[in-house]
Parts: sequence; C-alpha cells; structure tokens
Amino acid sequence: MGALRDLTITQQVGLLFLALFGILALVTIVEVSRTIRDLTPERQEMHEQFKRDLRAVWWGASLFWISWVLGAVVATILFGLVSFIAFREFITLTQTRRADHRSLLLAFFLVLPFQFVLAGSQRLDLYTVFIPVYVFFAIPVVSAFGNDPHRFLERTSKIQWGIMVCIYGMSHAPALLLLDLPKFAGRGAFMVFYLVVVVATAQIAQEIASRKLRRRPVARAISRSFSWRAWAIGAGVAAFVGALLYWATPFKPIPALVMGFIAGGTGTLGEFVMKALKRDAGVRSWGGKASVTGAVGLLDRVAPLCFSAPVFFHAVRWYFGL
Amino acid sequence: MKLPEAAGLFLAFLARLITGAQGHWYGCPPKAEQRIYFANHQSHFDWVLIWAALPGDLRSVTRPIAAKDYWTSTPLKHWITREIFNAVYVNRQRTDDQDPLEPLIEALKNGDSLVIFPEGTRGNKGDPMPFKSGLYHLAEQFPHVQLVPAWIDNVQRVMPKGEVVPVPILCSVTFGAPLQIEPGEDKRAFLTRARDAVVALRSIR
Repeated sequence: MGALRDLTITQQVGLLFLALFGILALVTIVEVSRTIRDLTPERQEMHEQFKRDLRAVWWGASLFWISWVLGAVVATILFGLVSFIAFREFITLTQTRRADHRSLLLAFFLVLPFQFVLAGSQRLDLYTVFIPVYVFFAIPVVSAFGNDPHRFLERTSKIQWGIMVCIYGMSHAPALLLLDLPKFAGRGAFMVFYLVVVVATAQIAQEIASRKLRRRPVARAISRSFSWRAWAIGAGVAAFVGALLYWATPFKPIPALVMGFIAGGTGTLGEFVMKALKRDAGVRSWGGKASVTGAVGLLDRVAPLCFSAPVFFHAVRWYFGL
Repeated sequence: MKLPEAAGLFLAFLARLITGAQGHWYGCPPKAEQRIYFANHQSHFDWVLIWAALPGDLRSVTRPIAAKDYWTSTPLKHWITREIFNAVYVNRQRTDDQDPLEPLIEALKNGDSLVIFPEGTRGNKGDPMPFKSGLYHLAEQFPHVQLVPAWIDNVQRVMPKGEVVPVPILCSVTFGAPLQIEPGEDKRAFLTRARDAVVALRSIR
C-alpha cells in the first residue's frame, strides 16, 4: 500500500478506474464465453437477468468515469440527467391531475436544475435545505393555485416524495464527487466509488442470504424475501467490504466499517421501501414489460443509492465537522 | 445538413427526452409502404409524438394535416409546418366548390403517407369520439394504401388543453394491424370498426 500512497492523486484515480474497467472486462469475457454453452430455460432466464445487470454496471461505470474526467460541470449535468430520467419514470406511474401541471413544471425545470447547480458549486448550506424547506413550501402553493381540491394532500405528497428521492437523493452523487474533505481534496471519485461498491455489496449479500436462509419474511405483503437477519448479513458484509476499502477513503479502518454499515444498511432498506411503493402502484418493476410506457427501469437501479447517499453524505460531513 | 433537417432532429430528440416517444409496432412492422395512420387525438403534442416514434427514414415521407388558417398565420408556424413536417394544409371553412379532402388526395397520389386524427378535434375524456367520414372516403379512393390504427397513451398528461409547456412524462404509441373496407361495408359500419381498432390497442401492453 505504501507505494500506492506515493502516487499522485491523478495516478491513484487513474488506477482505480483501470482496476474497475479491468474487472468489468474480465467478467464480460467470462460471461460471453458462457453464452456459447447450451443452458436450460431456467438458467437461461437467470443468465439474461445477469446480462441486463452487467450492462447496467457498464453504463454506471462509464458515467462515473466520464463525469470524473470531464470535471464538475459535466458531472453535474450527467447526474442531473439521470435524476431527470428517474423522476420522469416516477411521475409517469404516479396519479397526478391537471391542476398539478404547474407544480410538475416547477419540479422538473426549476427545482431539478437548481439543486444540481448547488451541488456542483458546493454551496452546501443552501444545497441541504433548498428542497426540504423551500421546495416543500412552494410545491403545495403552486398546486393549490391549480384550483382542484380532489385528493390534494395525496397528490402533493407524492410529488414531494418523488422530488426527495429522485432529485434530492440523486444530487448527492455529484456533491460527494466534488466534496472537499481535509487532506482528501480532488479524490471525491473514491468516495462515490466506495459508496456504490458498499451499497451494491449489501444488496447482493442480502439477496444471497435471504435465498440461503429462507427465513420468515418480516412484511410478506411487501417483500417475500426481506428478513432482519438477511438485512443484517447484507449490512454486515457491506461494513466488512467498507473496512477493506478504507485505504481508498479518508476514514480510518473502524470509521470505514461504520460508514459501510450505514451506507449498506440504508441502501437495502431503501430498496425495501421502493418495493412497497411499486406494490402500491401495481407494477413489478419501474421498467420492463409490466410498464405501460416502456420506461427503462432506471429508477430500480438508482433507488437504493438515492436513499443511502444523503445519509452517507451527512454522516461524512458530520464526521469531519464540515 | 440543412437547417430544417437539423431542427427536425432536434425536435425529435426533445420529444424523446420529454416523453420517451416509445413506438410499439404490434400489428405491423415499420415499413416504407404508403400508409394512412389514424389515431386518437388528445393534445397538440400527438402529431409530434407519432412522428418521433417513427424510424428516421419514415419521418420524411409521413406528413401531418395542418389547418391552413392557424398554421400559416405567423412566419414561424408556417416555416415549422412547411419545412420540418412537410404538412398538408387544409381549409377549415367549407366552401361549396372545393372538396376539403382535395389536398389529402393530392398527397396520397404523390405516394406520401399521412397521419390523420379522424375525431376531428381534441377529446379530453377517456374514450375517443365518433370518427368523421374523411377516413372512409380516403380508404374508398385509395384501396391499396394501408390503414394503420394507432393508440397514443398518456399524452394528455404531458400537455393538457390550455397549457403550453410540456411536463416530462413517458408516453407510448401502439401501432395495430392494418385494416381495409370489407366488400359491401357501409360508411357507418367501417368508421365504427376503425374506431374500435384504435380503442382495442389501449389494452395492449
């Protein structure tokens, strides 16, 4: 590790991406070679699912790389675009009425860009309160001027909730990427990398654990696989991986372990909440065949991150006293 | 690349960014045959949505119908409909000596495809209104042209009547199987059947 610490920051980040794309390329090559063999239909289905996931990881890694190479402005725009697409999916499957038109315009074309500008320019005070305070106030006002009391509270809350998850949550990715930490300036990419790896680890570990354990689900109506023990295993593995990655972060090993637990645990709980939401909307996934609209299912992929990013971000700020 | 072409590409990109403009070819593949697409009409955005859902090479040969008095009233409107969309202009006021379908017949004789909204005006509640007879007359005169029904979903949420700025919400266009006038079928029966074909596409997902 000593040799690694002697490298310049740019070299370290370059190495990180080299390793990331190297592993991805390796997995893809193995994957392609496996495709050539004959598979049973059941295995084929799993295989297709894996291929879709792999493609999503490629997209994510490329987005991450491009936003790192091209700097703050491009990073902010790219993550803003992701947030836009996710919010578009959310609103499509939410019941809104004509009177909400203006508040939706406000959310899409003013709140979203402004929040990402704040994230990109690191005005962290306003950035933190802009949506929870000012937008929380503005949306119902605009909706009320739409002159339609029918299910007013329900409509307004749904829009605000969507803004919180898709815009506020997502905007923490560029904020984290650009965050200036003491003695860690210019290495925000490692923080985003750490967060994504930890959250993904928690998801995968929880999935495997719930398959192996077959515990009684805590909330059968929402998820047939979620149990507290599986969740704890997921978060625990995430904490362990987080501690292993401590060299890539500004944390010492023990705080890295705790941060990994926080990020992984909130990510899988966020996924659980999204399941409840999908059950409510009557769809199995935000994209794919069940969808009316042919949405790409981006929300499914980014939701755990949207939930854990703000918690993680503020844990980091609190830890460093920023 | 000329300016209208670039503006067209930009407009299609914008429509896709805002609505997704997903085209589902359920009853027929997207082919460069002469066709009349007919669809439900809920919003000014309908035409742009169908146009953006078509593959690029079909866009240039598929033309919308535009009301002459409205779409030629300012130079910008005129330029957009003429240069980008290559619209067929029709008069809304009926005069005794002129058949209102004449510009459409001319376009079909040239081999162009058309998109028409046979309800005549924008509806705002769920089911489409009864179809006007223009579709029947065109089908009668051009039996070789395919009549493709299309259902446009969700677009009323993007831009309700009276609003100007569209909200980003995903929309889809489902294209159904082509139909023809059956031997001995009268006008009413055909128009009802055509409307049913459009409505039937709503439940396909």
